[in-house]
Amino acid sequence: MTGLQIVFLAVAAAILAAAVQVVTTRNLVHAALWLIATLFGMAILFVLLEAGFLAVVQVVVYIGAISILIIFAVMLTRRVMQDTGPQTNDLRWLALVIAAALGGAIVYTLFQTDRQGGFPLANAPVPADSLETLGLYLVDPNAYMLALVAIGVLLAVGMVGSIAIARDDREKE
Amino acid sequence: MDFLNDPLGVIRAWLAGLLGSFLPAPAVDLTLIVLGALVVGGLGLTTPLFLIWYERRLIGRMQDRIGPNRVGPEGLFQTVADALKLLIKEDITPIGADKVVYNLAPIMAVVSVLTMWAVIPLAVNIVGTDLNIGVLYIVGVGSLGTLAIMLGGWASNNKYALLGAFRTVAQLVCYEVPMILALIVPVLLASSVGVENPMSMQEVVRAQSGAWHEWFLFKAPIAFLIFFIASVAETGRAPFDLLEAESEIVAGFNIEYSGMKFGMFFVAEFLHAFTVGALVATLFLGGWSGPFVDQAPLLGVVYFVVKAFAAYFIIILMRAALPRIRIDHMLDLNWKFLVPIMLGAIVAVAVTDKLVSRAAVGPLWNAVALFGSNLVVAAIALAWVGRAARHLRSAEASRTPPGAAPAVSAAHDERGHAADAHGHPAPHAAH
Amino acid sequence: MIPLSWYLVLGAALFCVGVYGVLARRNAVAILMSVELMLNAVNINLVAFWHYLTPSAVSGMTFALIVFAVAAAEAAVGLALIISIYRRRQTVVAEDVSMMKF
Repeated sequence: MTGLQIVFLAVAAAILAAAVQVVTTRNLVHAALWLIATLFGMAILFVLLEAGFLAVVQVVVYIGAISILIIFAVMLTRRVMQDTGPQTNDLRWLALVIAAALGGAIVYTLFQTDRQGGFPLANAPVPADSLETLGLYLVDPNAYMLALVAIGVLLAVGMVGSIAIARDDREKE
Repeated sequence: MDFLNDPLGVIRAWLAGLLGSFLPAPAVDLTLIVLGALVVGGLGLTTPLFLIWYERRLIGRMQDRIGPNRVGPEGLFQTVADALKLLIKEDITPIGADKVVYNLAPIMAVVSVLTMWAVIPLAVNIVGTDLNIGVLYIVGVGSLGTLAIMLGGWASNNKYALLGAFRTVAQLVCYEVPMILALIVPVLLASSVGVENPMSMQEVVRAQSGAWHEWFLFKAPIAFLIFFIASVAETGRAPFDLLEAESEIVAGFNIEYSGMKFGMFFVAEFLHAFTVGALVATLFLGGWSGPFVDQAPLLGVVYFVVKAFAAYFIIILMRAALPRIRIDHMLDLNWKFLVPIMLGAIVAVAVTDKLVSRAAVGPLWNAVALFGSNLVVAAIALAWVGRAARHLRSAEASRTPPGAAPAVSAAHDERGHAADAHGHPAPHAAH
Repeated sequence: MIPLSWYLVLGAALFCVGVYGVLARRNAVAILMSVELMLNAVNINLVAFWHYLTPSAVSGMTFALIVFAVAAAEAAVGLALIISIYRRRQTVVAEDVSMMKF
């Protein structure tokens, strides 16, 4: 058990515990805080995978923007601070069975593919200029420039759309 | 002599030797890392003791009064006395407050500011850790502070605190946008100078260490100004302090916090202001660079501290001199003024940089060309804003009937001085 | 050296926790949080495969960046919809918004 493996096991246990808390906590703001803990654990995992840029982007985008948005939505759609009523619907046992079956199927497929040699490991180190290559590829017309432009259009449309949907129409009357 | 050239290296070697005698090698590394983090955290927490005194004396002088000068020589122990007072206050938690979140919020606020200091370079070989994505890291941990304030406002179970939290989120999230856009410009200029990791803070400073005209302040003054304004808005200080407006919503998210928890928010705000000064000094004013740093690296610390305090002085001046900004004005300022100008400035700097580097003139003309392109963008922006303001004024003037008491704007000329109805400046009445 | 299968199993487990959350929670915002969990699980998979199979190609990191952007856009639009529904129906329970059920 090398040090990195111990760190991975600790982080993975923390992520799974926090994720389970997200889907089972009654208090929604607490659920959002557990989501933030999960996302932070994911950022640590990205650092373990030597993708430091993605780790910081995870913190900036998910924790710094999406989580704040979720907490804001929670605060705007509640009338009292305490929760009333159950927080799971009637489908929970069926949902548990479906989730477990899905998990089992995915893990089984994984190990089958691994046994048949479907994951050829590269065993090569991550190149030191991967960030620069990423930047160059994102604006290269022969590479991923179309994806970058499509993402830009998607975000612009999403921004305009969400402002249009969430506007207060009562002002217009 | 060796110590003066590379103090951190000497200390690290000595400690490694000391600990290596009774610890295995990985534990020595871990201990050194933890010690480094503790030193950065400790420095970050004790610096506000001086900063708060500095600010209170300075604001006192700006307001034509002496600041605190009783406790200790020239009032230097005033902050210590305040901290002791906060520590011995009763620790009240309001009824119905969410205890975990209520106690977590001030801690998160301080943590978000302290971890920014891990990447700020004090000298050519004194830096917490030289991340190759240091500039983006600053943005990331800055957003944790927003989260902390919002959670603090919500957890207090108080409608004024919640209002303060909402206003906070609106302001802090909005002003992140021009701040991040303004951070693109130093990275762009650093990579055009030719460093390998342009997003690393140490490399950004190194790109400015050629001559005084290499400072990004002269190459991209618009980015400097907008980063400055947006960062001051991010800290929640005057004139953007509607987050804790004492006269309006009774201290906003701070209402239910007393004792050392309030002290933590207070420390976080002052340290954040000084950190903004340090960031401006690092990214735009050349950080630790200056004459003779090659021979004496510790001189870099002196240059850095002088530049950071100069920027901090201007931040304090802004607090003392400007009135509070209204919330709709603040949002207008951000989305209709800062963001478009910043986008135009990025395009201008990038295009000019490409053209000038292709023309291969010397670095001085490079800087002059970039400065010129910034001036062009500023002139266009000011002309456009002036025309829009004139439209607004004429629309308001045509709405009010000419005989009635005119709206405030109709009786003032372009610069807001008192004028008669035709826009000529009125003679100064004796007060 | 951490085996690749550990990362993939963690991704699968996180995805399944997200599936349970989407199917079993009543509050619409909670459902959205579970969707974010699922997107994060996908990201773990992508970055793990990139790191172990093709570290020299940046397509893995690009895909992960696109997933980040799509998740952000979807969270924004979804929350705008939820707020709009709350304004009209005064509820965010997913079961109560069932006018189009036959």
